[in-house]
Amino acid sequence: MSRPAGHDRAIAAQLAMELRLTARRGESLLAMVVIPAAVLLFFASVPVLAIDGDVVGFLLPGSVALAIIAASLVNLGIATGYERHYGVLKRLGGSPLTRGDLVAAKLGAVLVVEIAQVALLLALAVGPLGWTPPGGAAPALAIAGVLLGTAAFAGLGLLLAGTLRAEGNLALANGLFIGSLLLGGVVVPVGHLPDSLAGLAMVLPAAALTDILRAATDGTGGAEASLVVLGAWAVAAAGAATRFFRWV
Amino acid sequence: MSGGAPAAPASAARVQPAIRVADLVKRYGGRTVVDGLSLDVGPGELVALLGPNGAGKTTTVEIVEGYRRPDGGSVRVLGVDPAAGGRDLRARVGLMLQGGGIDPRARPRETLVQYGLFHASPRDPDELLRLVGLETVAATPFRRLSGGERQRLSLALALVGRPDVLVLDEPTAGMDPEARVVTRELVSNLRTAGAAILLTSHDLSDVERLADRIVIIAEGRVVASASPAELIAGTAPRLAFRVDAPLDDTAVAQVHLQLRAVAPAARIVAGHGDAVYTIEGAEPRPDLVAALAGACSDAGRLILELRTSAGSLEDAYLALLAEHRDGERG
Repeated sequence: MSRPAGHDRAIAAQLAMELRLTARRGESLLAMVVIPAAVLLFFASVPVLAIDGDVVGFLLPGSVALAIIAASLVNLGIATGYERHYGVLKRLGGSPLTRGDLVAAKLGAVLVVEIAQVALLLALAVGPLGWTPPGGAAPALAIAGVLLGTAAFAGLGLLLAGTLRAEGNLALANGLFIGSLLLGGVVVPVGHLPDSLAGLAMVLPAAALTDILRAATDGTGGAEASLVVLGAWAVAAAGAATRFFRWV
Repeated sequence: MSGGAPAAPASAARVQPAIRVADLVKRYGGRTVVDGLSLDVGPGELVALLGPNGAGKTTTVEIVEGYRRPDGGSVRVLGVDPAAGGRDLRARVGLMLQGGGIDPRARPRETLVQYGLFHASPRDPDELLRLVGLETVAATPFRRLSGGERQRLSLALALVGRPDVLVLDEPTAGMDPEARVVTRELVSNLRTAGAAILLTSHDLSDVERLADRIVIIAEGRVVASASPAELIAGTAPRLAFRVDAPLDDTAVAQVHLQLRAVAPAARIVAGHGDAVYTIEGAEPRPDLVAALAGACSDAGRLILELRTSAGSLEDAYLALLAEHRDGERG
């Protein structure tokens, strides 16, 4: 009699396939790798930012935040939307891979991508840009920020993927990515925005993620409000995605 | 090609059906798409679901696959409700869906490896690629495969977990004749090996060669359920003809009058296609042909085609559907 494989083997097989397909999506690689790296290298080399002191120390958390948004909102969300459109999710639903297995594999693939992104951006900062991390950096806070940010943006990405048509999802996810770049404190500090925009930016997940990562980098602390904002987004987005996702 | 139906399955195969559909009802909005449909498929048996577009074939198949829930009646696959069935059931059921369901960037071999790893003891991916003839495109992205190659990959994916039950929706659609032959043989071997197979098809020659039993459905109901040979034998021969322009009501009445002079129960029924008719209620006889020729001549119509229909599954199928439509009209 035919038996299903263990969950671990099924998840590993799906995760491997997710990574292979991700590596073939040129447009996703652009958003996940090229744009964050270009933001870091360009603004660290060209003195257009009104930042005092450690410019790389300011830009690195921003570019990492952008990379995480690209991996979880843009790549995961858009790919999943198209998988729904192509009936990939339907076919997987007829296999012994459970929905829980599939979500685990997709989030696992996002985390693998994020580790590679962080490693690359750190290497660029320390290598070509000659950056030295300041004392008092808080890796645990950074990891918490990355995990909460991944939950929030993957939740948003899956919510859009599971409710919109593939093309609408593509457009909106890319729009949110640009919005996050502009309003997320990635390049322009939120404090430099006009008051009305700054007020909006403060309650959006991108600025909260950047703020947490920046606090973790320079060791100044004071990211409690951002942790609350990002945590709320993570719970709301993941909950909404679970509630409203349509598989076919 | 007639009489090509395989032997009936061993009686033991009917002991416990692998698929049991009983009084199935499915409604979309106010429309009843499946209306009290019942069918069984035993181990080692191949049942083909035939019917016109919109007859409820795909809806029935999707309920058997567990993708949709019935509004009435019950469906059991290997004794389990497929909509609630977990991974143990899905490990034993191979599905061939219409329309791919594979990422355009994914390649056949890696997709077989991926799906194989969802099963405890999958079939070897390379053996499957050979079996369906995809070795040369094993590393070609799905988007560059032809329609027939996509179908063959879909079939290989249905087989990767060594299923006890196979549900194949239009398995040979888009295949070239050679792939069609390979697929038929493959499906036939699986049935011989003991799998219970439910398939839908528009290709009557496929169905005639493969099926142990054909279930013809129309408007969500079973119109006939029999072996191909029984269906063909059960159809009385009829005269079918095509004229150069459709017959209006006056012409039909005129034709009826003249036909009934030689066969009192004769009436003409519109067939599939423009100006195509069958004479029901009368055996083909020389005097009937003469009466028809005279009637058409009087009606100013040229007979373009005249033949006796019987002896093919297609004729049996069309006759059963025509009978069903007549029944509907009262």
